[in-house]
Amino acid sequence: MITFDHVTKRFPDGTVGVDDLSLEIEQGSFTVFVGPSGCGKTTSMRMINRMIDPTEGTITVGGRDISTVRPTELRLGIGYVIQNAGLMPHRTVVDNVATVLVLQGVTKRKARITALEAMERVGLDLRMATRYPAQLSGGQQQRVGVARALAADPPVLLMDEPFSAVDPVVRDDLQREMLRLQSELSKTIVFVTHDIDEAIRLGDRVAVFGTGGVLQQLDTAEAVLTRPANPFVTNLVGRDRGFRSLSFQSATQVPVHDVETLPLAGLGSAPALAPHAWALVVDGDRRPVGWLNATRQALVGERGEAALAPLGSLSTPSRTLRQSLDAVLSSPSERGVVVDDDGALLGVVEANDVLAALSAQRGSTTDDAGVLGATATQDALS
Amino acid sequence: MNLWGIRNWEAVQPLLVQHLYLSVVPTLIGVVVAIPIGLLLRDRRRARTVAVVLSSAIFTIPSLALFVVLPLLLGTRVLDPINVVVALTLYTVALSVRTTFEALDAVPAATREAATAVGYSSWRRATAVDLPLAIPVLTAGTRVVAVTNVSMVSVGAVIGIGGLGQLFTTGYQRDFPEQILTGLVLILLVAIVFDRIIALVGRAFTPWIRGASLRASERRLRALAQALPEVGRLREVVSGAR
Repeated sequence: MITFDHVTKRFPDGTVGVDDLSLEIEQGSFTVFVGPSGCGKTTSMRMINRMIDPTEGTITVGGRDISTVRPTELRLGIGYVIQNAGLMPHRTVVDNVATVLVLQGVTKRKARITALEAMERVGLDLRMATRYPAQLSGGQQQRVGVARALAADPPVLLMDEPFSAVDPVVRDDLQREMLRLQSELSKTIVFVTHDIDEAIRLGDRVAVFGTGGVLQQLDTAEAVLTRPANPFVTNLVGRDRGFRSLSFQSATQVPVHDVETLPLAGLGSAPALAPHAWALVVDGDRRPVGWLNATRQALVGERGEAALAPLGSLSTPSRTLRQSLDAVLSSPSERGVVVDDDGALLGVVEANDVLAALSAQRGSTTDDAGVLGATATQDALS
Repeated sequence: MNLWGIRNWEAVQPLLVQHLYLSVVPTLIGVVVAIPIGLLLRDRRRARTVAVVLSSAIFTIPSLALFVVLPLLLGTRVLDPINVVVALTLYTVALSVRTTFEALDAVPAATREAATAVGYSSWRRATAVDLPLAIPVLTAGTRVVAVTNVSMVSVGAVIGIGGLGQLFTTGYQRDFPEQILTGLVLILLVAIVFDRIIALVGRAFTPWIRGASLRASERRLRALAQALPEVGRLREVVSGAR
């Protein structure tokens, strides 16, 4: 779909932005360019829609050498999402989303109808349609940016650090939304970020760029974590990579146990708990609300719901080991809460079971890939 | 109220009309001419420098000199009001070209770049993105030019075409302060009204600055739902919002 063939970008001042880059991006793949600043990841991406022209080499999109395509025409066929959204401040949201369609020659009326559909697709309230960008929060603006890129239904989407300027909660939301959209739309996405966690979460393929614009590794996210190609990549993925790689390991073999529950309604009249026991408080829809033990139960009369201990992070049925471990570690009762997709309680996982699953996984990966040995050596090197 | 200006309204009124004509027409023509020049030259470093130097040069020519020299250049009669119109238009263009450069420079680079990246051609971006976003600075500059023109018209009185400025010259010759004062007050009023009108027009064309109210947005939403009846969800949202 997109190929780089020995592409080099040398800037007028002599610095090399991208050095002899050859890579292939498959149709429908979500490829993340990641690396420290100045590594050429953004430059590489911007060469795809000719915001920057390469000094040497050829780039093709859909089989066409893009140096033969007029930049305006090329860009109208490539969705582009930018950090801080890059919306037109003087246009309402619906007209911002309709921009590319109007530029393509679609009538304003039709463009607006399509734009409203795109807004719904990215989860924007239609009430926002006639607001100006300045009247939106950063996260909403970013959604408008994504809607604008998707409205004309381009096969390719370029995303330049789109979520780095929003707060972590909103970023998490937007990332999840992006994964959902991609599972529905199967665009060819090139996504630039300096955040390795974001890269691993979003990308099916991760391209790690190093200083001087040299591609260090292009692989699946899991391979980049578990089998870094060289000390540079090892360093970039950081000391937590063992923990992070648990994201790729399923925890469905960890048994889910029943747990004693108390209904939120009538909390005050619940029977007294045994000294060291924890019970999970659930609401009318069986959604967990918080943990309760004997000490906290004594405070219920006076403080009500505020007496509950926080749940910790929740784990879902299609859970990973990372999620399960996190759920166990963050729960006051040392048991991680598992909920279904609607948030209703399924049960709890026990710390011992998670640890057992961990060591089982470790054993198997060490045997077939020698991961631990290899990374240990690289740690010593770096 | 037995003011000189009211008693002599029949003599004052044509002067007021002439003053309005001589100040409004050059302002409009000048701005309309200057904006395209500004848009065309802003990204051409050399041409832009030449334009700026030339503007400054034009503005240093004393207005009286220009009024006197223009008939020779244009072949017009010395007492033709067109001389004043041309002279003031020249000043307006000179000032407004620089204002246009500054106004366009005030458009955030990130917005310009985003527009290019999503597929605007350079000309389309200039007219559909740069120009509207330049309106606030452009308006501010035009207000200064307009008020300057209102006061410069009166210099034309020295050569006999100066609108309300003639109240200064004859009032001075007759040693009649009330006539001079009348001219002064009327010119001041013309300047204030002209300035306010331009400010209001600028506001009307920048609803994204003024319209940061949610009520205005709801109003636009209802209009949009009415214009696009086929979007059922929009109707639902509107009826829910009310």
